[in-house]
Amino acid sequence: MNPYLAGIILGLVLLLSFYLTGRGLGASGAMKSVVVTTIESVAHTKAEESGFYAKYIDEGEHPMNNWLVFQVLGVVVGGFLSGALSGRLSIKTEHTPNITKRRRIIMAVLGGALFGFGSQFGRGCTSGAALSGMATLSLAGFVTMIAIFGTAYLFAYFFRKNWI
Amino acid sequence: MGPIIPIYEISQELNFLLAFVIGIGFGFALEQAGFSSSRKLAGMFYGYDTTVLKVFFTAAIVAMVGILFLNYFEMMDMSIVYVNEYYIDSAIIGGVIMGIGFIIGGFCPGTSVCAAAIGKLDALAYLGGSLIGIFLFGETYPLWKDIYMQNYLGGIKLSTTLGLSDGLMVLLVIVAAVVMFWVGEWAEKRFRRPDITKNL
Repeated sequence: MNPYLAGIILGLVLLLSFYLTGRGLGASGAMKSVVVTTIESVAHTKAEESGFYAKYIDEGEHPMNNWLVFQVLGVVVGGFLSGALSGRLSIKTEHTPNITKRRRIIMAVLGGALFGFGSQFGRGCTSGAALSGMATLSLAGFVTMIAIFGTAYLFAYFFRKNWI
Repeated sequence: MGPIIPIYEISQELNFLLAFVIGIGFGFALEQAGFSSSRKLAGMFYGYDTTVLKVFFTAAIVAMVGILFLNYFEMMDMSIVYVNEYYIDSAIIGGVIMGIGFIIGGFCPGTSVCAAAIGKLDALAYLGGSLIGIFLFGETYPLWKDIYMQNYLGGIKLSTTLGLSDGLMVLLVIVAAVVMFWVGEWAEKRFRRPDITKNL
């Protein structure tokens, strides 16, 4: 699809989210719920004592009962439907011919871990902090966006073999 | 009057159904944009594919203008709308770590979910990695707590910081985006990699 058209559709979905809920879209928040729920079920006392996990288990409310969790389940379905319509459903590991499949998977896990860690530090990822934050003109949104993309540009040279 | 859910007491079941439906729209738009491919996403940082720039800024502008008009026509109670809270240090440090994660992993959390949904195994690996990263932050939280909480400015807007009206701010963002789109279109010709883009 034309990227500008896809951007308009994404913008309308984001606007609808604001109109319905007063908040934007998110992704890393749902993953945090998965982590908090896991910690709580395997080590309940530890979770309640931890400053980080305890924030999300207040008043006995189940962390999986979270708006973002249902929203991200929707992303799985929406992504699948779009892939099916455009004939892009296939099990594969995408990588340049310059690197092995194994290296790509290791880099993906490493990159994911850094992004996951950073998303907690920065109170949201590209969706919740940068995109949704910019929609409300929040300073935090613009700063996070510039920090994410600016840093990726700065480090792009060192990781070029992985992509081109 | 919006936002609907906080104003009208909507049942939790309907609330989660709406979340699911919005998520479907989100996932559909991301996948149609081509964000289910890490090499397409990474193209942004080498100039051969600037789809990320185009989609991201177009979406931000559409939502910005929409919110501006909903506010102008008094169709939305802006006091309930969440404006991200700004903690100077953590926003910058978090953003820098995410940026490194982006260029190494090739996805961000939302796009990895979308790519995993169409069968990309590298996206699934990335998802697993992000859960590990979040867990590591939770485990080491006491170490970062002070930095995480310091220099708090509240839910402050860029327009307020610069002393501009929201309308003028949105206009400036649109002008900046159009310039970036123009640079993006130029870069795609200059750094063209047909061998990569034709497979995506």
